[in-house]
Amino acid sequence: MTHFEYAISARGIQKRFGAVVAASDIELHVPTGQKLSLIGSNGAGKTTFVNMITGYIKPDAGEILLHGENIAGLAPRSIARKGVARSFQIPQLFKEMSVTDNMLVAIASQEGALSFWRPAKNNIALERAAELLERFELTAHAGRLVGELPGGVRKLLDIAMALTRHPKVLLLDEPTSGVSADEKFPMMETVMRALSQEAVTVLFVEHDMDIVERFADRVAAFYSGRIIADGKPDTVLADPDVKRYVTGSANHRKEHA
Amino acid sequence: MSFYRSSTSRTFAAGLFMMLVLLLAGTAMPRWLNFLITMAAANGLVSLGIVLLMRSGVVSFGQGLVFAVGGYAAALAFGQWGITDAVLLALGGGVIAALVALPFAWLIARYRGIFFAMLSLALSMVLYGLLMKSQAMGGSDGFNMGRPTLFGLRPADSWSAYANFAVTIVLTAIVGMAARVYFDSTHGLVALAARDNEIRVEYLGSSVQGLIATNFVIAAFVGGLGGALAVMALGHVEPEFSYWTRSGDFVFVAILAGHHSVLAALIASTVLEVVRSFSSAYFPNTWQLVLGVFLLAVIRFLPRGIGSLWEARRQRGEQA
Repeated sequence: MTHFEYAISARGIQKRFGAVVAASDIELHVPTGQKLSLIGSNGAGKTTFVNMITGYIKPDAGEILLHGENIAGLAPRSIARKGVARSFQIPQLFKEMSVTDNMLVAIASQEGALSFWRPAKNNIALERAAELLERFELTAHAGRLVGELPGGVRKLLDIAMALTRHPKVLLLDEPTSGVSADEKFPMMETVMRALSQEAVTVLFVEHDMDIVERFADRVAAFYSGRIIADGKPDTVLADPDVKRYVTGSANHRKEHA
Repeated sequence: MSFYRSSTSRTFAAGLFMMLVLLLAGTAMPRWLNFLITMAAANGLVSLGIVLLMRSGVVSFGQGLVFAVGGYAAALAFGQWGITDAVLLALGGGVIAALVALPFAWLIARYRGIFFAMLSLALSMVLYGLLMKSQAMGGSDGFNMGRPTLFGLRPADSWSAYANFAVTIVLTAIVGMAARVYFDSTHGLVALAARDNEIRVEYLGSSVQGLIATNFVIAAFVGGLGGALAVMALGHVEPEFSYWTRSGDFVFVAILAGHHSVLAALIASTVLEVVRSFSSAYFPNTWQLVLGVFLLAVIRFLPRGIGSLWEARRQRGEQA
């Protein structure tokens, strides 16, 4: 495979924060359309990796190729314009606005240049907002202020906003964190169903191994800034190193933090 | 009919209606009221600029700068270059103010909160200092300007106040309608979103610094326009226009208005002018006290400004 056939291709990524090694020689090639889960205990370097792909953090060395084009070190908004979208562990929303207006901001941002007179509430944008809200089962909340919404709904809206641009690559940072245990599965079902209509490559950081097993095509396990296992979910989750350093006995995962 | 067409046409219908009512009423008004409304509209434009900045999450404490630049530009153009047309002078004041703001826009848009406010205040006080020292500009006394003409005509003495009034009302109405269209535009909505969450706006692909810088220049144009209109009505310009207490008045009006409504900025400005005129006549030494109590009451009971009285209803209506 050439690098053009990979949606995301990370090569030789290095990142240190003082004495802490957050990324050490990371190599990861993600074919278009794959659903890749990034797992690892807290501090293993998953979120740092996501932040490097989206431009929040600049790697010390290495390349991140988006369909063959190096995007390492660009500003987040430039990377966003090239087709990399993300959702956030703590949803980043516009709390003083309604759900629909949040979508309209995202849709307006996707246009090449913002207009001083074209109404944000134009019919095309409103239809697109309604369509995406329906896909994420958020239609009932459309008119509500975001500040009043429960956590799970916010998580979904956060992901729906990331999708407005028809991104090539979507990064989900802990999509089910803060969602109650019995809501996690239905929520991921909704997300994956909504994503199935897009030709999008998905990287998601996840702590719940049941979710990983169910929804990922492939898993990359991080431990102190390195990828220690990479492959099919059942293979990676059965790996002795992964069991020892990442999943542990799931109940004691926090000890590795 | 599509939603936005009806919304935009409602804006224009309301704006034109209010403009025509005021233009008609102005012919029957006593001179002092004509003058009061002219000043309220001219000052209200400057505050509208602050409202615009508030919508992108920053407050300028130095709009006296663009008010003074617009005013001095109009007075100089009148006295030195013989440009006497009121509309040209007003628009020229706005353009010059925007040009003065332009080189600072990108720099100041890096700052937020008190740093943005103080930097804008500093710029206005630099201009104040320069104007005070400049003999060519009349130093601390400033200088007078004559009566402007309108489309080549020189209004008779009895009509000159009305001519200023009419020009101010028409330009204010146009700017007000344009501001509403801008607030509801894609640029306007994304700027409003930046007030709420800058990180998300950046990750959606827009530059928050660019949004604020753009709003800063637009606010400068509107403020310069207001300054030129005020100077034409007053017939006089002085450095005090750029002094921080003047900027404080504009901020006062913007806070009173809130950032939801264009009309609220103009109404709040009128309230300030009315309170100022009457209170200074009846209790000359304590009238600021009246303003202070009034502002406290608004912050306590209408924290989102007087515009929230009708804008909340408008938004609920839209979603229904």
